[in-house]
Amino acid sequence: MELRKSYFADQRKDDLHEIGQPRPRSDSPGHVTGKTAYFADRNFPGMVHLKMVRSPHHHARIRSIDISEAEKHPGVVKVLTAKDVPHNVYTILILIQIGPEDETVLADGKVRWKGEAVVAVLAETERAAQEAAAKVKVDYEVLPAVFDMEEALKPGAPIVNEYHGQNYYLYDSGECRKVRFGDVEAGFAGADHVLEQTYQSSPIEHAPTETTGCVVAPEGNDRFTCYTNTQAMFFTLDNTSIILQMPGNKLHFVGGTVGGGFGGKVDVIVEPIAILGAKLTGHPVSFIYSREEEMQISSPRAAEKVVIKDGVMKDGRIVARKVTGYTDAGAYSRHSPYGAQKGAGHYPGPYTIPNVWIDTYCVYTNRTPSSAMRGFGVTIGDFALEVQMDKLARLIGMDPLEFRFINAYRDGDMKAHRQPTEGAALIECMQEASRAANWPVAEKYLAMSSYAKGA
Amino acid sequence: MAKVPVQFTLNGAEKAEFIDSGTTLLHALRDKIGDTSPKGGCHQGTCGACSVIIDGELRLSCLTLAETCNGATITTTSGLSEGGVLHPLQRAFLDAFATQCGFCTPGMIMAAKVLLDHTPNPSREDVVEALSGNICRCTGYEPIIQAVLTAARSNSQHAA
Repeated sequence: MELRKSYFADQRKDDLHEIGQPRPRSDSPGHVTGKTAYFADRNFPGMVHLKMVRSPHHHARIRSIDISEAEKHPGVVKVLTAKDVPHNVYTILILIQIGPEDETVLADGKVRWKGEAVVAVLAETERAAQEAAAKVKVDYEVLPAVFDMEEALKPGAPIVNEYHGQNYYLYDSGECRKVRFGDVEAGFAGADHVLEQTYQSSPIEHAPTETTGCVVAPEGNDRFTCYTNTQAMFFTLDNTSIILQMPGNKLHFVGGTVGGGFGGKVDVIVEPIAILGAKLTGHPVSFIYSREEEMQISSPRAAEKVVIKDGVMKDGRIVARKVTGYTDAGAYSRHSPYGAQKGAGHYPGPYTIPNVWIDTYCVYTNRTPSSAMRGFGVTIGDFALEVQMDKLARLIGMDPLEFRFINAYRDGDMKAHRQPTEGAALIECMQEASRAANWPVAEKYLAMSSYAKGA
Repeated sequence: MAKVPVQFTLNGAEKAEFIDSGTTLLHALRDKIGDTSPKGGCHQGTCGACSVIIDGELRLSCLTLAETCNGATITTTSGLSEGGVLHPLQRAFLDAFATQCGFCTPGMIMAAKVLLDHTPNPSREDVVEALSGNICRCTGYEPIIQAVLTAARSNSQHAA
C-alpha cells in the first residue's frame, strides 16, 4: 500500500507510522481455534427452549387464543401470552424520545405482519416446544392489508398501526422530514435541462451465519445474566428494563461477540421475552432464531423509493435538486423513522447545490418491520444519487467524473441542512481515483483542492 | 424417549455418551460433549458452519445422526493445534486476516483441511471448489482462499 502524504500535509505531523502496517486482530486466535465463545456456546443444566407461535396473516384481529392443549403437551414448562408481559407495548428509540410506543412484544388483539410473535412456548426440548407451539389455537379475523407505500399513503387505506393513527410517521416537522434551501422552483426555471427519475429498492436481509438469539441464566442473587449477540447492548438492556419493569441492576448483559451482524442485530426482540421466561419458570432459557426465522422474521433493510428531480446547466453545474424519499418501515417503527430522517440530510449528496427541496416519509405497511443495516437511510439514496449523476452527465454530454468535480462540495460550502462543510476530501479522493482507475480528467480538475473555491 | 449409547474418537480422545435417538452429531458434540467449535448456522445443511471430519471425509454434523458415528474417528477445529502450536491452516487464517466475525471459521478450516489432506498442492480452483459449501458473510472469501493456498505452500515447504 502506498501512502500519499502530499494530501492535507499541513493538517498533521508526519507521524503516521502505524498506517499501512498489519496489526493482528485480538479476536482471531479464538476464531481459528474454535475457542471464541458465542452466546449459543453457553449451556446450562435445566435449560429450556423458547419457540414462537407466529401470525400466518399479514393483518388480522385476534378473536381468541387457546393455549390449553399446548400447556398439556409433554415437556412444556410455560406458555406466555401478551398478558404476561409487564409493559407489552414498546418502541426501541423511546430511549431518545422518538415515540410513540407502537409495537407489542407478544401480539395483543391484533397482528400487523405475517410472522409477528403471538405466543411464546417454553419446553424442555426444542422439539417439544415446536410441537406444543403447533397446538396453540389462535382464532383470527383477517383484515385488509396494504403492502405498497403509495397505496398506504392514499386516503381510505387500511390503517396499519393504530398507535400512529395514520400510515406515516409524524415528525415534529409534520408528515415528513423536510429540508428547504434556496428556491428550488426558480432553480428549475433557470436550468438548461431538468431530469426527473424514480429509483426503487427491495428489502435486503443481512443473512448473518449466526442467527439472532440469546441464552438467559437466572442467578442466585435474583439477577438474570443474558448472553446475547445483540449489536446494541445498552439499547437492549434499557428497553428490556422498560418492557419487564425491572431495574437495570437486575440485568447483566454479556455480549460483544457477534457471528455477523451488519446492522441486523440492533433491534430488541429476543432478550426481553427470554428473560421473562427465565423469571417465570426459574429455568435458564435459550431463544435462538431458526434460519427460516432469520430470513423471514428478522428486520431487513427497508424498501425505499426515491424520486429525484434535478436542474442542470450545460456547463455542468447542478442548480436545483428536489427529492422525495419513501422508507417502508413495515408494520412498526423500530429504527426506520431515524433512517428516513438521515436520508433527508443526505440526499443532496457530497455536492454543493444552491437550491434544494427534500421530503422524506417513513411509511407503515403490513410488511416485515424493517430496521438498521449498514448505512441505512443513505445507502439506497447513494445508489439513486450516483446513477442520477451519471444520467445527468450523459444528458449534457460531459464526462461523469469531471461532472462530479464541478459539483463536489468543498470546505466552507453551506450544505442544504445548514451544516457548513468541514474536512471535505472528495476532490482529492476523485483525483486519486482518476489516477488509480486510469480514467483521465482535464488538468484543471487535478489542480483543484477541497480547501477553497477557485483553487 | 429411550437413550442409545454412542462411542467414538474425538480429536484423539475416546468419548461415550447416552443420547436420544435422532440426536444430530452437532447437538451431541456441542451440548453433550462440550466441543462448541462446530457452529449451528442453519441446521439444514446449507451453510457449512457445522463441518467436521469423520473418518477422513468432510461431513455436515447438523445432518449426521450421532448414533451413526459409532466407532468413527472425528476431528473438529478445536482439536487441530498440538501442544499450543497452531496447525498451518490456523496460522494462515490468522496471518491472512481470513477471519472477521469468526462464525464460519471452524467449518472453513475443516473443509480446507480435507482438501489439503487429499490434494496437498491445490490450484485456486480446487480451493474455491472445496470451500463452495461453506458460507462466509464477512470476508468476501478472497482472504480465506489466499490463506488456504498459503497453508498449502507452507506444508509443502515442511515436507521438502
